[in-house]
Amino acid sequence: MPKLTLRVNRQTHTIDCSASTLLVEALREQLRLTGTHVGCDTSQCGACTVHVDGASVKSCTMLAVEAEGAEITTIEGLADGDKLHPMQAAFQEHHGLQCGFCTPGMVMSAVDLCKRVKAPSEPEVRTWLEGNLCRCTGYHNIVKAVMAGADGMNGGKP
Amino acid sequence: MKDFVFHRPSTVAEAVAMLKARDDGKFLAGGQSLLPVLKLELAEPTDVISLAGVPGLRDIRVDGDRVIIGASCTHDQVARSAEVKAHLPALAALAHHIGDAQVRNRGTIGGSVAHADPAADYPAALIALGATIKTDRRTIAADDFFTGLFATALERDELIVAVHFPKATRAAYAKFAHRASKYAVVGVMVAETAAGVRVAVTGAAGVVFRVPAMEAALSKAFSASSLDGITVATDDLNSDSEASAEYRAHLIGVMAKRAVQACA
Ligand SMILES: Cc1cc2nc3c(=O)[nH]c(=O)nc-3n(C[C@H](O)[C@H](O)[C@H](O)COP(=O)(O)OP(=O)(O)OC[C@H]3O[C@@H](n4cnc5c(N)ncnc54)[C@H](O)[C@@H]3O)c2cc1C
Ligand code: FES
Ligand code: FES
Repeated sequence: MPKLTLRVNRQTHTIDCSASTLLVEALREQLRLTGTHVGCDTSQCGACTVHVDGASVKSCTMLAVEAEGAEITTIEGLADGDKLHPMQAAFQEHHGLQCGFCTPGMVMSAVDLCKRVKAPSEPEVRTWLEGNLCRCTGYHNIVKAVMAGADGMNGGKP
Repeated sequence: MKDFVFHRPSTVAEAVAMLKARDDGKFLAGGQSLLPVLKLELAEPTDVISLAGVPGLRDIRVDGDRVIIGASCTHDQVARSAEVKAHLPALAALAHHIGDAQVRNRGTIGGSVAHADPAADYPAALIALGATIKTDRRTIAADDFFTGLFATALERDELIVAVHFPKATRAAYAKFAHRASKYAVVGVMVAETAAGVRVAVTGAAGVVFRVPAMEAALSKAFSASSLDGITVATDDLNSDSEASAEYRAHLIGVMAKRAVQACA
């Protein structure tokens, strides 16, 4: 089986992996980073969202081989030791989750937004999260959390 | 998904030669259409040829009266490009409303055009603006490119290199989006270029099409009220769980008017 070298959460891993292996399969099944979820496997739900060179992508819709040479960040790579990333802290603080299944994808997606837009408006947050589905919350607290997370990440300054 | 051999060519010529040498190879751009197709085993290529390492396909530039967009430019890149926003703001807006953020971060204009999904957004812009498709071997007018449902004029091993768009004096795209995927249930692009006014409709039928009656009316007087009473026959329109053919015909009128109004 071909060997593949992936940079995930600032660490280098070499794994055996067939060409048709999806990035999410390599992350979950080989590297055991099971924080990245598979909700649909049909590119709709965004639960599998990770960052590839900083941009949010659906890891069920990218081959692992395509990620070779890129810096991949998963939900496990966001916190700084025991200190939650400001977006994670905001989801906790504002009850941005219920069952938590969609949360890793929501958080990764939200971090990508708030790196691009320092203080996103509510419509901007809702539009950006179109690729992330949640079956529990009704989205209101997720939107609140993302706006608070933007403040946390960017010091509240536009 | 069936396994395949993965290739990373580093030039256009090498990519084309790799595909030519294999009976059942596929180019891979953003994978936002191809990977879902492979997962469903609607295609089972023996070889997948990635375009990611081919240089020169990611550039956007303005050349005289044309905006040239490389095939591997992502939807996000087109939506945020200063050149596209300055010279074809309607195209930047169209790209910004494709799918969702994650899809826009991966999906490319070349992949979208080659895939020719009947509900894709870009085909409406290519037809309304009178774009040309530059491949590794020739130039194809958009009018001759989209030949049917997921069908194009491309040869089996032909690679799209760039899409050339003429600048428009005014243009706008209005879409009634599918609630889940954001694909066009009906999308209408209205554009006025040096070649005249064009109205192109995507999502409504098996392939993008123009509405000559609307074009004639807008050429006489460019206002939404000029479209009053112009209808599109339902015979060739799609009917599905999202919208009946009659509803799509109605939406074409509504979206066309919205696009005209947005042209301002
Ligand atoms: C959830 C979701 C929502 C979406 N919503 C929309 C939407 O609202 N509107 C919309 O328009 N699209 C939508 N799409 C489709 C998206 O825009 C795709 O990016 C696009 O259709 C294909 O581009 P790609 O770069 O991903 O191509 P790929 O999937 O890599 O390739 C598609 C096809 O094109 C061929 N190909 C790729 N590049 C070239 C080239 N340069 N020359 C020749 N052949 C080539 C491939 O061999 C393949 O057959 C959506 C997709 C998803 C998953
Ligand atoms: S699991 Fe990837 S989008 Fe749903
Ligand atoms: S919290 Fe349960 S799916 Fe979002």
